[in-house]
Amino acid sequence: MKSFKKIYSFLLTGLLLLASTVFAQTPDQSTPPDVLIKMVVTDVMATVKSDPDIQKGNIPKVVDLVEKKIVPYTDMRRTTEMAMGPNWKKATPEQQAQLTMEFKNLLIRTYSGALSQLRDQTVQFKALRAAPDDKEVVVKTVVLGRGDPVPLDYRLEKTASGWKVYDMNIMGVWLVEAYRNQFANQISQNGIEGLVKFLQDRNKQLATAKPAN
Amino acid sequence: MMLCFMRKAKMAILLGLIAMSVGCASIPAGVERSPQDPWEPFNRSVFEFNEGLDAYVLKPVVAGYRFVLPEFVREGVYNFFSNYNDIYTALFNLLQGKPDYAFNDFMRVVVNTTMGLGGLIDLATPGGLEKHKEDWGQTLGVWGVPSGPYVVLPFFGPSNVRDTFGTVADLESDYLFSFVKNIGLRNSVTGLRVVNARNTYYEAGDLLDGAAIDKYSFMRDAYIQRRAYQINEGRDDEEPLMPVYENPYQ
Repeated sequence: MKSFKKIYSFLLTGLLLLASTVFAQTPDQSTPPDVLIKMVVTDVMATVKSDPDIQKGNIPKVVDLVEKKIVPYTDMRRTTEMAMGPNWKKATPEQQAQLTMEFKNLLIRTYSGALSQLRDQTVQFKALRAAPDDKEVVVKTVVLGRGDPVPLDYRLEKTASGWKVYDMNIMGVWLVEAYRNQFANQISQNGIEGLVKFLQDRNKQLATAKPAN
Repeated sequence: MMLCFMRKAKMAILLGLIAMSVGCASIPAGVERSPQDPWEPFNRSVFEFNEGLDAYVLKPVVAGYRFVLPEFVREGVYNFFSNYNDIYTALFNLLQGKPDYAFNDFMRVVVNTTMGLGGLIDLATPGGLEKHKEDWGQTLGVWGVPSGPYVVLPFFGPSNVRDTFGTVADLESDYLFSFVKNIGLRNSVTGLRVVNARNTYYEAGDLLDGAAIDKYSFMRDAYIQRRAYQINEGRDDEEPLMPVYENPYQ
């Protein structure tokens, strides 16, 4: 009788655990990478589609959404570090912090612009191909809608605070890879300080620019 | 036959004139040369020519197109040419030894041409038949032809030596471009296709301008990566292509 109770409570905890991973609204440290991406993307898409302000092209509102719902699951410092390559070590800690912030803002702004154009698109999530002890995985998705399907992959790394996205592949192009030469060129032309200034100026310019539509 | 030769000769002269008039722009000081782009000075000048053409001719025309025609009409135009291209995609997938993709694309054409009113509506995509896009350059790549150095073509934009041959073959084998006898019709259709193609990335183009630090090298690096990805996709041993980054701390 006692053992039956034990099994019963064991089963119950199991069920509760299962339920919490399936129905949880916000991912936590133990959320697997593919589930994390699915939760975040589903949530953000639902919000974008149901918000009339965003549909009209209210970019500050999208930026706010991205800051709250996507940025916590990214590691922008690592993104910047990878895009900088060997130049990263030449930057002072303050410059590293500035670069991370400015690059983050540039990416958020670009991403928000793309999000605000979402209408009737749907996202297809591909099965995760990874070993259980992998420290790095690629979660593959495809955005379907008008026009050609857009493959969108996320590269995640396991950290102490859960899985974090640090690179994205859009239609076959890795973000970090696409910025590596641009960063290196800007640095060899104007130094690290020049790159910081370039990013600051660009972000200011984008923040004041009128939306295209 | 003679006519065809004349057309090609005229094209060659035109390209030569453009190459001469744009000259060789120098690379901005401090730019690190990419091993895949030995012709960067020439490429940069053609890139500038294309940018000017886009800003002063193509983009304004597309803006007018968007202003005049309602969205459902533009979507119909897009779907029509997309369906037409699917015929070629199906053939290319067959040539690349991907019969399952080829069958999928063939079914797309059947569904969209019949139930989709001659291709004006894309019913295949919501029906679960995924769209692919293949061309001669990709097919040559799958066959093992190396890409060769990066080239920027006037009008066509980013390319490489292999894809330049691919683009010529695409045009030569294109029914609407090479086999339609009525010249007026052919030119109108070609014009509409160009406008339609530019229209599909009307908004994305502005985003790219905002995100780029140096648009030339951004587009080059993106093009080289994207072509490699397209050639690799759909293979049995398809692995997520993960670039190995130099970690400054390792």
